[in-house]
Amino acid sequence: MEHIRMPKVENVRLLDRLSSRRAVVGTLYLTATHVIFVENGSETRKETWVLHSQISSIEKQATTATGCPLLIRCKNFQVIHLVIPQERDCHDVYISLIRLARPVKYEELYCFSFNPKLDKEEREQGWKLVDLNEEYNRMGVPNNYWQISDVNRDYGVCDSYPTEVYVPKSATAHIIVGSSKFRSRRRFPALSYYCKGNNASICRSSQPLSGFSARCLEDEQMLQAIRKANPGSDFIYVVDTRPKLNAMANRAAGKGYENEDNYSNIKFQFIGIENIHVMRNSLQKMLEVCELKSPSMSDFLWGLENSGWLKHIKAIMDAGIFIAKVLIEKDWISFGHKFNHRYGNLDGDPKEISPVIDQFIECVWQLMEQFPCAFEFNERFLIHIQHHIYSCQFGNFLCNSQKERRELKIKERTYSLWAHLWKNRADYLNPLYRSDHSQTQGTLHPQIAPCNFLYKFWSGMYNRFEKGLHPRQSVTDYLMAVKEETQQLEEELEVLQERLANLQKSQSGNNKVKSKQQDRSKQFGLYTSNNSLANTPQEYSNDLKSFPSRSPSQGDEDSALILTQDNLKSSDPDLSANSDQESGVEDLSCRSPSGGGCLPSEDSGKDSDEAVFLAG
Amino acid sequence: MEFSELIKTATVEDVLLSRPGVAAVRGTLCITSHHLLLSSCPRGDLELWLLIRNVDAVEKRVSGSSGTVTLRCKDLRVLQLEIPGMEQCLDVAGSIEQHIVIVYLSSLSLLRRKTPSRGLFPSHESLAAQALCSLDSVMLTYPFFHRPPGLRLQHGWHRAVPERHLQRVASQTSQWRLSSVNGDFGACPSYPRAVLVPAALGDEAVAKAARFRQGGRFPVLCYFHPKNGTALLRSSQPLTGPNRRRCREDEQLLGTVLGEGERGFVIDTRSAQAAKQARMSGGGTEPKSSYPRWRRLHRALERGRPLQESFARLVEACSDPALSMERWLGRLEGSRWLSHVKAALSTACLAAQCLDREGCKVLVHGAEGTDTTLLVTALAQLILDPACRTLEGFQELLEREWIQAGHPFQLRCARSACSHARGKQEAPVFLLFLDCVWQLSRQFPFSLEFGEQLLLTLFDNAYASAYGTFLCNNEKERSLCKVRESTHSLWAWLNQPEEKHKYLNPLYSHNPLVIWPSVEPQSIQLWQGFFLRWIRPSQHLDEAWVEIQRLVQGKNSSLQESTGKRLSQPLPEPSAGTENGETGTAGTR
Repeated sequence: MEHIRMPKVENVRLLDRLSSRRAVVGTLYLTATHVIFVENGSETRKETWVLHSQISSIEKQATTATGCPLLIRCKNFQVIHLVIPQERDCHDVYISLIRLARPVKYEELYCFSFNPKLDKEEREQGWKLVDLNEEYNRMGVPNNYWQISDVNRDYGVCDSYPTEVYVPKSATAHIIVGSSKFRSRRRFPALSYYCKGNNASICRSSQPLSGFSARCLEDEQMLQAIRKANPGSDFIYVVDTRPKLNAMANRAAGKGYENEDNYSNIKFQFIGIENIHVMRNSLQKMLEVCELKSPSMSDFLWGLENSGWLKHIKAIMDAGIFIAKVLIEKDWISFGHKFNHRYGNLDGDPKEISPVIDQFIECVWQLMEQFPCAFEFNERFLIHIQHHIYSCQFGNFLCNSQKERRELKIKERTYSLWAHLWKNRADYLNPLYRSDHSQTQGTLHPQIAPCNFLYKFWSGMYNRFEKGLHPRQSVTDYLMAVKEETQQLEEELEVLQERLANLQKSQSGNNKVKSKQQDRSKQFGLYTSNNSLANTPQEYSNDLKSFPSRSPSQGDEDSALILTQDNLKSSDPDLSANSDQESGVEDLSCRSPSGGGCLPSEDSGKDSDEAVFLAG
Repeated sequence: MEFSELIKTATVEDVLLSRPGVAAVRGTLCITSHHLLLSSCPRGDLELWLLIRNVDAVEKRVSGSSGTVTLRCKDLRVLQLEIPGMEQCLDVAGSIEQHIVIVYLSSLSLLRRKTPSRGLFPSHESLAAQALCSLDSVMLTYPFFHRPPGLRLQHGWHRAVPERHLQRVASQTSQWRLSSVNGDFGACPSYPRAVLVPAALGDEAVAKAARFRQGGRFPVLCYFHPKNGTALLRSSQPLTGPNRRRCREDEQLLGTVLGEGERGFVIDTRSAQAAKQARMSGGGTEPKSSYPRWRRLHRALERGRPLQESFARLVEACSDPALSMERWLGRLEGSRWLSHVKAALSTACLAAQCLDREGCKVLVHGAEGTDTTLLVTALAQLILDPACRTLEGFQELLEREWIQAGHPFQLRCARSACSHARGKQEAPVFLLFLDCVWQLSRQFPFSLEFGEQLLLTLFDNAYASAYGTFLCNNEKERSLCKVRESTHSLWAWLNQPEEKHKYLNPLYSHNPLVIWPSVEPQSIQLWQGFFLRWIRPSQHLDEAWVEIQRLVQGKNSSLQESTGKRLSQPLPEPSAGTENGETGTAGTR
């Protein structure tokens, strides 16, 4: 609280990038956890809530006649453009936010104060939702080749690995420890994914400390052990995700890559995914493109190309390291992806921040676009996960390793996002997903190489707060409603059939012939009714009313409003509060390139015979 | 000259046909007057049934004793034929090439055999608009021979389109009337016989106004907005010329359109600069001094050859497999196609906004009034009018605003993106329209009754068709060629129940509102379904589409069944009667 110099500023204007006409005046509040903008006057008093932890940068621009502009950019790609009348107020808000957006202690983060009113048991339940051991069991380990090693029991070997790590059965503690000493930050090779079908596996590690010539017997043995864990294969691929040049440069620092001469039966492959600094700059550039005021098509495409973002996305996809299901929990968190460093939740070195998880989420989205029936979840699910990685509302994505999370007692003191998402799972389902569909069987084969055009700009993510840019009608929501309705109808049908059968039974004794007829009438009930009651449409439509509203597509203003909330649909207080609800379909005035929503002025050139047109 | 005379080799055995995404087949190639056929060798299945007219470019490569003929089709398909025997290969290629040239020249011959024009505006466009149809060549095309089973000639043609349009307008206002001033195509050769004009103006004045507009395309009503009584008009440019000519009747016509104290907008689809320059060659735009109540807005839309080249560049980029990700975005941008889509949609929105929001009447024109003008007026109607968004309404819109409004399909669609020859008349304005419609359907997935498949079919038929709907350049030519009497209508075929369901959007539900699309660059996407139709793997997307249909149909059928059950429930109440009823029904089924 002591950091808030200015808890409330009045007559602040909130600008709209797309239309100067849609600026609104309201009051700005700073609280311990949120920045809140409340619109003046309007009956609904629309509110915009932004968590401090979402703020990625604050920019104070030069004061103009109307006031002092303050630009707040968020990690979930929301951009809030405020104009504060007094320069002094603006400065105070600016200074306060700079401090609030960069907490120095974990305890200042929102998840330690967030209380969704769940009892202890429910909270513990939430943390148990994703059980890594179960996930490994699903994959088919432990088995004859792989086992859990307790070598990292008290984080003695590697502090960024979890305590339980799967390694080849033949890898002794001696080999593991020896190997770990030869690896950057002691991240020895450990199992990531095991394929039951063919014993193939994916392991991961950090770079070896090979320098120009160093070698390590135990590390070589470790890789041998991994190779032998798949009896069907004579060699293993070692995939280095860096461009070769970077890996070679690292040798000068005593690090580097595995020398094929020292390791028997390995095949080495560089993939050339750029490092975090390149990625950060690339994202930065792309976001600048998203923020352009009335860009032309060319500006946009040029900017997109120059940012290189889609190129990087494609490079990652090409690497083929992503398998269908969400592996977030296992792949990223337990194995010490540096969440705190990479997401900048705490004040720290800005150079360590990188959008790797954003890229993972986008890659999944790109796959969903190519395989619309293959994923059980929908776009909204990905967007909400991205949101919460930065919101710090839940404890899942805090800290850099399991060790740190245990020390902070994250599970005792915060809530799990997965429980929250699970509670609202209906919002996150893909209506096209069927477990028996061909696209859900086995591996997906995304188009690689020449199909550049399949990679698209994801405006649903990077412009997610500008609802006007998105399709105004959501197919996903509509189909979910359809599915739900179908189910209800089927249930109702069953009840009716039962009642019909009972009625008939009660009327017509226990005659065998009759019971046959019953079955038939069940079968042909449809036709019977159509014939006899064809001219009673009233009753038909009355019945319809008792069903859930047919679709959000009906076009009346209310349903249109629901649609514009789209991505913010869940019952998340934070999300729904800051939804930038535009008017419905009807109210979206079209934006002509020059007029920004207003009718453009006369552009007659320098024609001398033009009189001034008096606006009527 | 019969096309069959061109054929040097009618059948070739042992030809290998390969297409992207489909396994290659070997079979017998057969060239008829209008088609290329390939029947597979052992089984005799017909693997290819291609209108020769669909071929845009032929490439041949001979090596040793065999050769490869690559056919680039107007619908962007690429077919490869491996033909044994060098001579045969050259013969096949030569026959198809000649066919293409003859077809192309015959479309140009429309230009040479023009009727004496009014001599007002000697550009190619206007010559085309006023030209007499080259009867012999058009009447030799396939639609005059195509006789699909189950369809009757003269069936399915949209007749009395202006009359029906008036009927709708007349229920709202009496300000417009049907004029037969063009009954003999005398006032404007590219207009239909009947058009809607202000009721207050006589035919004589209209005829005089027509002489003041390029190609005689005087301002006519194309859409009446019932919500506020405003109207959308279109015309060609006024012939003000360097001396700033005026025409009292034209001023009168536009004057009577506006009510007391009303003001209107002229949306000129050229830049202010281009409109001014047009004066030098006899055209121009409405000067403020003579049309004081009309306010002019300029929105430069691409047309003609630059548009054709944009199309060609994009298609080239799409089919270049060696492109890296970075280069791809650069090429996409460099084609400028998406910029044209954005500009067309923005201008249509502007027109719609003037009508719906500002409550003003709007006149749209560029130069000839047959291309970008129709693009804008047709799109604006789709945005404003829910009736145009049904399958039937959309067909009517196309008939009224494109076909009968005199878009010169024959000239514009003579060549597609792959042709190496670059003519002056070709321009994919209609494709640009279809692309914009697709953008609308993407942003409003429930608001159009038809789906992407219809747009694709329309494109294919505009460029090469077995039906007469898109033949010729205007109604006058169609009537001379007896298109309606001697060819089948595309609409008749599309609207057969077994065909129709392919074109319907299962998600459609009537949306009575204006649909305002976003025209931000983030919202404009490449129409993959068209530009990558033969390149991208579509299996997974098709499966998704089937799944959507299954879901919606599943609901509809269980709704029916459930309703049926509910209603049938009271039946068992009276004891004897019911049983009979049940038995009876069951028996008859």
